[in-house]
Formats: sequence, C-alpha cells, structure tokens
Amino acid sequence: MVAASSNSRRSFVQTFMFWTFRLATYFVLACATYIFLDIAIKGSRTVFTNHAPFINVKFLTEPPQTLYVFDYQGKKMELSDREFRKWQETHKEPVDATSIAYSAGGIYPCIVGTALLVIGSMIVALVIGISAAIYLSEYSRETRFIRFLRIAILNLAGVPSIVFGLFGFGLFVIFFGWNVSLIAGWFTLGLMILPAIITASEESLRAVPKGLREGSLALGATSWQTIRKNVLPYAMPGILTSSILGIARVAGETAPIMFTSAYAMRDEMPWQVTKWTDFFFQGVMALPYHIYVVSSKIPQNEYTERVQYGTALVFLMVVMLIALASIVLRERQRRRLSW
Amino acid sequence: MVSVMEPPQTVRPQTPPEPLGSPANQTEKLQVMIDVHEVDFTYGDNKVLHNISLQMPARAVTAFIGPSGCGKTTLLRCINRMNDLVDGSRISRGAIHLDGVDINSPGLDVVDLRRRVGMVFQKSNPFPKSIYENIAYGLRVAGVKKRSLIDEAVEKSLRSAALWDEVKDRLETNAYGLSGGQQQRLCIARALAVEPEVVLMDEPCSALDPIATAKIEELIQALKTQYTIVIVTHNMQQAGRISDFTAFFYLGKLIEFGPTVKIFTNPGEKQTEDYITGRFG
Repeated sequence: MVAASSNSRRSFVQTFMFWTFRLATYFVLACATYIFLDIAIKGSRTVFTNHAPFINVKFLTEPPQTLYVFDYQGKKMELSDREFRKWQETHKEPVDATSIAYSAGGIYPCIVGTALLVIGSMIVALVIGISAAIYLSEYSRETRFIRFLRIAILNLAGVPSIVFGLFGFGLFVIFFGWNVSLIAGWFTLGLMILPAIITASEESLRAVPKGLREGSLALGATSWQTIRKNVLPYAMPGILTSSILGIARVAGETAPIMFTSAYAMRDEMPWQVTKWTDFFFQGVMALPYHIYVVSSKIPQNEYTERVQYGTALVFLMVVMLIALASIVLRERQRRRLSW
Repeated sequence: MVSVMEPPQTVRPQTPPEPLGSPANQTEKLQVMIDVHEVDFTYGDNKVLHNISLQMPARAVTAFIGPSGCGKTTLLRCINRMNDLVDGSRISRGAIHLDGVDINSPGLDVVDLRRRVGMVFQKSNPFPKSIYENIAYGLRVAGVKKRSLIDEAVEKSLRSAALWDEVKDRLETNAYGLSGGQQQRLCIARALAVEPEVVLMDEPCSALDPIATAKIEELIQALKTQYTIVIVTHNMQQAGRISDFTAFFYLGKLIEFGPTVKIFTNPGEKQTEDYITGRFG
C-alpha cells in the first residue's frame, strides 16, 4: 500500500531537483558572464580611448616596449622606451625612472603571430585530417587494424597539450632541427587538434547519403571522382563547423607553442626576413604566450595589469573574428547545396 | 488503374507486343545480353543466392519478381558490380557474362562496366546540383569537356526520359525542386546520358504515385527498343504490363524464368502460381 504522505514528499523532491538543475545552469551562465565582463571592462580601458578614434591605435599597431615611470616637476610621467629616449635628449637632467617591461607600446606582433599560427596549423590539420577521414570513411574496410587506429586517434585527443608541446619540441625543434619556428608550431598545434578534425570530418562524410555515392559510381565515376565531386563538397560545411572549434583551441593554447614557436619578445615582424624560406623558420610572438609572460615572468603592478587585460580582450576578439569568418564561409557553402 | 486484386489472367492481354512461341525457341532467337551462370552469392557466411542461371535477352525488358529478401536486388546489383561496395560480399560460385565478357574477370575495368550498365535506384537520388549538371555528371567524369557535346547529350537524354518539355526552361535550377516522379525520370535520363547498353532498375516506381508510375512504365516501353532493361519490381501487375520476360525468385533461388505471358498465364511451378495469384508474398 502506498502511504498518503508520499504525495507531498514527491512534490518536494520534484521541486528540489528542478531547482538544482536550474541553479547549476545559472551558475555556468554567471561564471561565463563574470569572466567576459571582467575582461571586457578592464580590457576596454586599454583597448579603447575616450577621444577619437576611440580605439587605442598604438596598442593594436605597435610592438611592446618598456614603460618608464617617473616624477618630473611634481608631474607623473609614463613614457615608452622610445619616447623616454627622445625626452632625455631635450631634458638633460637625470631622473629616477622605474622601468616596467612590456607595459608600453602595443601587442601588434602578438596579433600577427597568433593569426599566422592559427592559419598555418589549421591548414596542416585540415589537410592531414580530411585525408585521414576520407581514408577511414571511404576506402578502409572495418578490419581489426582500422578499429585499433580509431582507438589510437581517440587516445590522441586525450593527450594533454603540454605533452604535445614537449613532443613538438623533441621532434620538430630538435630532431628535425627546425629550431623555435612557425613551422614547428604549425605542426605541433596541427597534431594537437588532428583527432577532433578527423573525428568530425569522418562524421560529416558519413552523413552524406549513400545514394549520392552509388549514383555517382553507377555512372562510371571512379571512387576518387565520386569523393571529390559528390561527397566532399557536401561534407565541407560539417568539416568547417568542427574546424571552428579547432580554431579557438589552436589560438588559445600556450603550452604547445611555448617550446616550439613562441618568443617572449621579438623586434622584427614576421615578414621582415631576408630569404622567403626564413619565413617558416622564425619564431613569433603570440597572444596567449604574451599574456603568460606578462602575468608571470615580470613583477606585477597596475601597469602590467593593463597590458594583461588589454591583450586578453584583443585575444577574445581575434578568436571571435576568425571563428566568424569560418562561419560565414560555411554558410556560403551550405547555401549552395541542400538535400 | 492498378488494382492489386485483379486476377493475373486479365493483366494487360496485349503484353508483350510480339507474339511469343515456346520459351526455349524465344531465348534462342534473341541475342543474349546478360548471361548469369550458376551463380552463388554470399554476404559473409550467409548465402543469399543459390545457383542462379538465367539468360537475359538484348533489347527486351526482363523483370525480377518475388517477395522481399528473395535476392532479386542482390542479383541486379551483381550485374554492374555495385555489390563490390558491400564489405564481405562476393560471388562465391558461377559467373556473369555481359555480351560474352566475364564481368568479374580480374582484367575488367569496373568503371568501364558501369558505363555500359547504367542503374536507376529505388530511392531517386539526384545530386544536389542543377538539372543540367546532374545529366552532365556522367559525361564529365568520363572526361567529356566540350560544352556543345554536353548540351546535346543533356537535351537528348532528357527527351528520351520524357522530361525535356517539363524542365527545358529551368535546367539551371536545383534538381531537388523537381517532384518525386520527375526526380526519378531525371535519374533515368542521367543513366541514359552516358549511353549504356543495359539499364538496371531497382524498383524505380516504389515511391511514386500511379500517374508518375504510368509515365515511367511508358518510358520503359519506349526505351527497350534501344536498351536492355532489367527491372526489379514488387508490383506483379507492373511486371505483367511492361516486361517481356519474368524471373520469379523465392528465398534466394530462381523458381521460374520465362516469357512474361507464360509466367502469368500458365506458370510451370506451383510456387510461382501461388505468388502471382496473391496467395503469399
């Protein structure tokens, strides 16, 4: 027999569980909002200005410089390295200036470096990843070896990024002798997101109806013609969707690039090379590594905090911009076809 | 128009159009296009076709009938080696000859075979491209580049599939905008564009309404003057209306094969008669 009191108890459990789930969801929202607002508010003090053109152009277009802070005739001066030297030419008297590394100028080389790392590593990951996915979904038969291969790919996804960093350092930087370079970073980051790209690409390829393949083969097309003309184009939107997530990951990781391609400071821009081949074998500055350096390698104060938050905000916007570009690309592809 | 309950004796007395003699004389007179000889077919350890032998004449319609799972589609897909795509499936015994050539001989190019043996699928599968590009696809993969040749072939095959008048003003629109029946005729036109010798049809009307079905049946009648047609159908009345020869399959075995008139009016086997009169299946 069912006790009569169970009715109120049941409704209590109902309400309790409902609120638990609801609060857990709201908690996530609150955390995300806090992080974004904190970065947006503190970062915008660096990135934006209150006078025209309302954007701190210097911050976006100049390399980082050392900041000199000193008192002069009762006034607090904050000058960048270059400005400070010019100022000293006109004012001969010695001043007691505090120097703070990286806190003047901007982060232009880091933006460029991150963009180059993302583009290069996505090309590496997409070329290898799509090829592997085509092999797995279109050519391979379900043998024991292929099943083993799939498990290996899944395991690769679970490898921590610092391990990828050390692997890239050992293989590309030292063994291949590429030194700390863009190309070493491309391959390290590319390998890191390869499992995600392969898995998602394979799923997108499998989602293309079998009838399209059979229809094409029945007309006397070869397997490769079928894949190129009648499978891959329809799988591309799905593959791009997965690569958008890959972009965010590639742009954000610090560990894989800190040994393989990131410089804390570099004066030349990536295109200032003597030979075009040198382009691939140069280290670059990168946004996540810059944040890491500014917030852990130098003494902290209010000036470094400005750079940290400014860089973080620019970083978020850069990732958003790249992701947006791939979404636009995907939508344009998707509009061309539908079934 | 199509009444399932109709007794088989009244199905279109005018089919096939030419008078038929005894089945043996008839097969001798006609040129054999597809010769299936003692074929066994297995999926893994599961044998689905048992010792099938039949000779399909050129420029005639051969229908495969039988209940679901009897192996008729499997046999059809052996003729253009579509079963190559299915892991673990193979012809374990016997041979299929197309116009005297063993289609499973190691030297044979399967791409070449599929150009000679076109196929229309149960579920119409136009490519998500324009109508024009759908037809041009087979030519393009064969390496035809000349625009005028492709234009010509597109018009010709759409005309032979009786679709030209309906689509000539919208060749550049997506094929998915066509109705189900039109899509299936587009698939037929696409198969015809590469000028095959044989057209295999796997239940081409199973998803279509009676009017679209009638159009495709008319089309098949018109096409058999040029092509050898093999059609799998669930619909016995359809087999009676359009085919010259009928093969009845049951549980992976060929029970009876002969001129359609004979199969439908005077079947030699009890099982055939039971199936045709609707007693099972």
